[in-house]
Amino acid sequence: MKIIVCVSIVPDSTTKVKISENGRSIDSSDVSYILNPYDEFAVEEALKLKEKNGGEVIAVAYGTDRSKEALKKSFQMGADKGVLIKSADDNFDSYTVAKNLSEYIKDQNADVILFGKQSIDFDGLLVPSMVSEILNLPCISVVVKLEIDNGKVKAEREIEGGKEIVESSLPVIIGAQKGLNEPRYPNLKSIMAAKSKPIEEVSNFYSGNKADIIDMKLPPAKSGGKIFTNGKEDIPELVRLLREEAKVI
Amino acid sequence: MSNKILAFIESKDGKFKNSAFEVITEALKIAEDSGSELEVLTIGSGLESEINELSVYGAKKIKIVDLNILNKKYDGGEIKYSPSAYAKVISEIAKNAEANIIILSATSLGKDLVGRIAVKTDSAVFNDCIDIKLSDGKLTASRPVYAGKSIIDINSSSEKIVMTLRPNVFKPEKTENSSIETENTDIENLGISGSDFSTVVTDVIVSNEKLDVAEADKIVSGGRGLRGPENFNLIEDLAGSIGAATGASRAVVDAGWRPHSEQVGQTGKTVSPSLYIACGISGAIQHLAGMSSSKCIVAINKDKDAPIFQIADYGIVGDVFDIVPSLTEEFKKVLSN
Ligand SMILES: Cc1cc2nc3c(=O)[nH]c(=O)nc-3n(C[C@H](O)[C@H](O)[C@H](O)COP(=O)(O)OP(=O)(O)OC[C@H]3O[C@@H](n4cnc5c(N)ncnc54)[C@H](O)[C@@H]3O)c2cc1C
Ligand SMILES: Nc1ncnc2c1ncn2[C@@H]1O[C@H](COP(=O)(O)O)[C@@H](O)[C@H]1O
Repeated sequence: MKIIVCVSIVPDSTTKVKISENGRSIDSSDVSYILNPYDEFAVEEALKLKEKNGGEVIAVAYGTDRSKEALKKSFQMGADKGVLIKSADDNFDSYTVAKNLSEYIKDQNADVILFGKQSIDFDGLLVPSMVSEILNLPCISVVVKLEIDNGKVKAEREIEGGKEIVESSLPVIIGAQKGLNEPRYPNLKSIMAAKSKPIEEVSNFYSGNKADIIDMKLPPAKSGGKIFTNGKEDIPELVRLLREEAKVI
Repeated sequence: MSNKILAFIESKDGKFKNSAFEVITEALKIAEDSGSELEVLTIGSGLESEINELSVYGAKKIKIVDLNILNKKYDGGEIKYSPSAYAKVISEIAKNAEANIIILSATSLGKDLVGRIAVKTDSAVFNDCIDIKLSDGKLTASRPVYAGKSIIDINSSSEKIVMTLRPNVFKPEKTENSSIETENTDIENLGISGSDFSTVVTDVIVSNEKLDVAEADKIVSGGRGLRGPENFNLIEDLAGSIGAATGASRAVVDAGWRPHSEQVGQTGKTVSPSLYIACGISGAIQHLAGMSSSKCIVAINKDKDAPIFQIADYGIVGDVFDIVPSLTEEFKKVLSN
């Protein structure tokens, strides 16, 4: 089974956001980048599929050299190969990512193409479904359970108040949600093995964002809330304020 | 600027969802500001008696695609939904109507469809918008990024845009208008075939009858301060007293005290209710990521320095075991009057 897993890097979720001088992006100087948490579920699922069906796992990232971190982490978890599609800069939207990934994926004859359901920087939730339309492949996203048998795919997808049972055939695109599996921790052996795995570099296939960020700002600061400190005694006043001031009850 | 806007609205169990009215209200505003015409589209069945609900919000025209007829185009048995087929229907109707702007709600369904529709119609995506402005004929959308730590404004030089609105942010507004024209859309003209059903939903499992946090207008969440799963009845009672959904922090979900479906935050759900009550939750940045756009935040925590108080509109420093039951009683008391 040939398995592709698309991985991206995101600022560590505890990062303090500073806006850069251009006013349209974050100042990345003090930011540490990590593999997108949802992509860990995708990598884990790819490895499980390989363990069950044989084959290989190829991790693919679109971005600058910084994205190599995502590939290295995938190697440490157990991916066999890594491919970096090199972007000219950091300024790309979901469409550009989807176009570049599709261009690479289309000639690979992969059976399963895994993604995280979303990247936690821009929470796009777009790339998997865009790739699926570009390549005309089935796509199931927000997947919490996946079964592949005899070329048939059956998955559970999380929705409001429940789950959908989704079916398709192979090849398929999957967007992994938390709950799909427990991502493994790299052990010393796999960390050592990762060091010798080379990253193949491919040049940019497509440029041409469709959406442009024209401004980035910090959210308006909350003007200090009313915090009560006399415990139970303050409850009637709190409820009165919720009714009369905030008008939410 | 386009002269047609297509709003796609959702129904559930034969009724339009609240997000449908949010989408119509906002789409109508954009239509009026830009001198465009609004068309509303839905895919469903048995909605006839509900159509007048829409005219209250100013919709003048609705196209209905009959779900049962659409699903018959799939030849592999009975299905509930197909993202690939829905995306095709919406995109074809948008193309036929020459609509340059397509608006959906950022629900599970909307998020499933928007990327597909964007590719099919060659549109730019503005997703999960919390504000939309029109100036000089150009749309600018705002949305939170980096877990709500910053807000971006986006626009596009593309003629065509498909956007999703974050649920519960845009308020439905009633208008004077009272007549609505219904058109049952014949899907034969849309070129839908079996091959458009590459992904199909064969069944839906409702995990509980409870209101989902992602759809709730009020939420009461519990964190590690509750000490154990056996104490979440306090949270449920408080939620019950004001008709709220129950939510949870990741710490308690990871501990197995609450289901993942209740988790609010960066790796859980993003919510924007009118009231969010956080009980025994410290307010880690990843939790705030999911709820900081709530309109009114109330925190109950015994640690006066807990970060949750920094974003709370109201708070009580105190023990949840002491405060929560009394708050439940007070809510019951005032609401029964
Ligand atoms: C990549 C990543 C993603 C994450 N995603 C999420 C996410 O989606 N959602 C999320 O919630 N977290 C997420 N987290 C975890 C987050 O960092 C916190 O660990 C978590 O939110 C803490 O949950 P908590 O507030 O319930 O627990 P704690 O931080 O332990 O806080 C418990 C609070 O309860 C108070 N307390 C204790 N006893 C009482 C009492 N008797 N009465 C009143 N107050 C009391 C304490 O003062 C404390 O403030 C994520 C972390 C990472 C690294
Ligand atoms: N630059 C990228 N390179 C490779 N994969 C990506 C990239 N950006 C996003 N993805 C994949 O697409 C998923 C969804 O991302 P998004 O649509 O941006 O939320 C991520 O979890 C990744 O699996």
